[in-house]
Amino acid sequence: MEKIFQKLSLASASLVFVLLVGIFITLYTAAKPAIDEYGFDFITNSDWNKEVSLESAPADTLMESDSDEIVDEDDMDIMDEDDMMLDEDEMMLDDEDDSLSKTIFGGLVPIVGTLLTTLIALTFALPIAMGIAVFLAEIAPKNISNVVGIAIELLAAIPSIIFGMWGLYYFAPIVADLVGGYQVSLLTAGLVLGVMILPFMAAITRDSMNTTPAVLKESAYALGATKFEVIKDIIFPYSKVGIIGSIILALGRALGETMAVAFLIGSIFVLPQKITDPTISIPVAMANNFGEASGLGESALFYLALILFIISFAIISIAKFYFLKKAK
Amino acid sequence: MRLLINKIFLSLSVLSAVIGLAFLAWILITLFIKGLGSFHFSLFLNDLIDGGLRNLIIGQFILAAIASAIGIPLGMAAGIYIQEYGQGKYANIIRDLSDIMMSAPSIVIGAFVYAVIVVPTGGTSGFAGAIALAIMMIPVVINTTDNMLSLVPRELREAGIALGASKYKVIIDIVIKAAKVGIMTGILLAFARIIGETAPLLFTSETSNYFSLDLTESFPSLTVSIYDLANEPEESSRDLAWAASFILTLLVLIINLSGRFITRNKK
Repeated sequence: MEKIFQKLSLASASLVFVLLVGIFITLYTAAKPAIDEYGFDFITNSDWNKEVSLESAPADTLMESDSDEIVDEDDMDIMDEDDMMLDEDEMMLDDEDDSLSKTIFGGLVPIVGTLLTTLIALTFALPIAMGIAVFLAEIAPKNISNVVGIAIELLAAIPSIIFGMWGLYYFAPIVADLVGGYQVSLLTAGLVLGVMILPFMAAITRDSMNTTPAVLKESAYALGATKFEVIKDIIFPYSKVGIIGSIILALGRALGETMAVAFLIGSIFVLPQKITDPTISIPVAMANNFGEASGLGESALFYLALILFIISFAIISIAKFYFLKKAK
Repeated sequence: MRLLINKIFLSLSVLSAVIGLAFLAWILITLFIKGLGSFHFSLFLNDLIDGGLRNLIIGQFILAAIASAIGIPLGMAAGIYIQEYGQGKYANIIRDLSDIMMSAPSIVIGAFVYAVIVVPTGGTSGFAGAIALAIMMIPVVINTTDNMLSLVPRELREAGIALGASKYKVIIDIVIKAAKVGIMTGILLAFARIIGETAPLLFTSETSNYFSLDLTESFPSLTVSIYDLANEPEESSRDLAWAASFILTLLVLIINLSGRFITRNKK
């Protein structure tokens, strides 16, 4: 019995390892056709699923019009193979809009979209989260700090799809009125994402600030330092590593967020020229196109998933192992 | 001057707390007004096909319940291993990997389950959705179990062993009992988290307009349906999405708060 119990718990623990390796291998295998096809050019290519109607146009005219569109593309061999893909896919396609044609798949737009929305979210959330953390850890009296702390954590518990709906119907119109441009855009998606990661970032930052020994703070106050000086010169340097770790962790979370961004980013494969332009991010590209994708299109989505997984894996590892470990 | 800077800084900090609370209030009030406006008790009696939410709410619960039935025992067992049995490197590696998995993008987990379950079995199913949620849940349960067991004093374990109990007896009868409240809270929070998940379900369980208990078919999911309904042009669909969001958020917040309440009472 003792043996069985021990073996079972060991097996469950190993499951984590198996799952992670399994996810990696599965994504790689599923992405293999796209990786073979495009290699690393995938990352720099901004064309995705060229919009050519397959239902009405016969294959020949299609190829012509297609070539016209991609003349500026220097990679001609990719094109040939893709035209062959077209024929294959033509049979499998049945439904609407953007999934109608499969030509070239490049990942640049969703990758850029993911990075930019995350950047906007961080820029927006960082100062506010730091302010909240300082408020909770240093300024507010104990009972207020507890209540506000719970409220902030409740904000973190709200499902992301709710953030998306609220963002689309209530937040985005106001932002669009203020700065102009579209309601669905990089900016609004980034800001809503910022609101989402705000409580998460604030909570971890508060926790690292709370690790500052009271003796240090008290000594500084005794020397006549103001609260601001104590925070700036004592608490911040002391908990710096933990705070940076929390920022990176929030960054990892923002990168992979799907639903809140899906409502607001506009979901079009176009490189944004301005911050108020709509575009797409990796998770959203997957959420919206997975069901209709097949063949190389699906593989390209898996390629994106693999890229996202590796980026977030790397970021979270850095946060966990370098910063948060050091902080402990 | 120093005092002035201090004042400005403190005001800014209070201001950011106000901003944070304002966002919470704004979202909740929006949900309350829009959700309550389209809320009706018949929503609980009809399925989506008849303009109700009954099948979706039940479906979402079933998905989360099955995910818990898979995720909780596995997560707890793994947490017990890390804290009680594992010595040295391996347990630490598992702990780190589990932390990483906790922050892995949920849509990627959906894609993984799609590739290993949906494609081989030939279609979306409630089972695949529940597995995806279980994978989301396992690292959270591991983390809680690990943390809570580490708080149990060593003396308790030693006392058990001194009485001649075998190690697994000590773990089950003493250590787990001592950490019960903390683990329960963690599990409730994990449940609250997965019941509101959408991304891992999008292409695993999908959703269904009809009432279904058949786990081998596309399964009704509240969150996936909210996403579909909110993107439809008709006002009535969007109203239904708001009502559904209202119910979902209420549910998540109640579970979350009761989890916190249990811990507080105990303390």
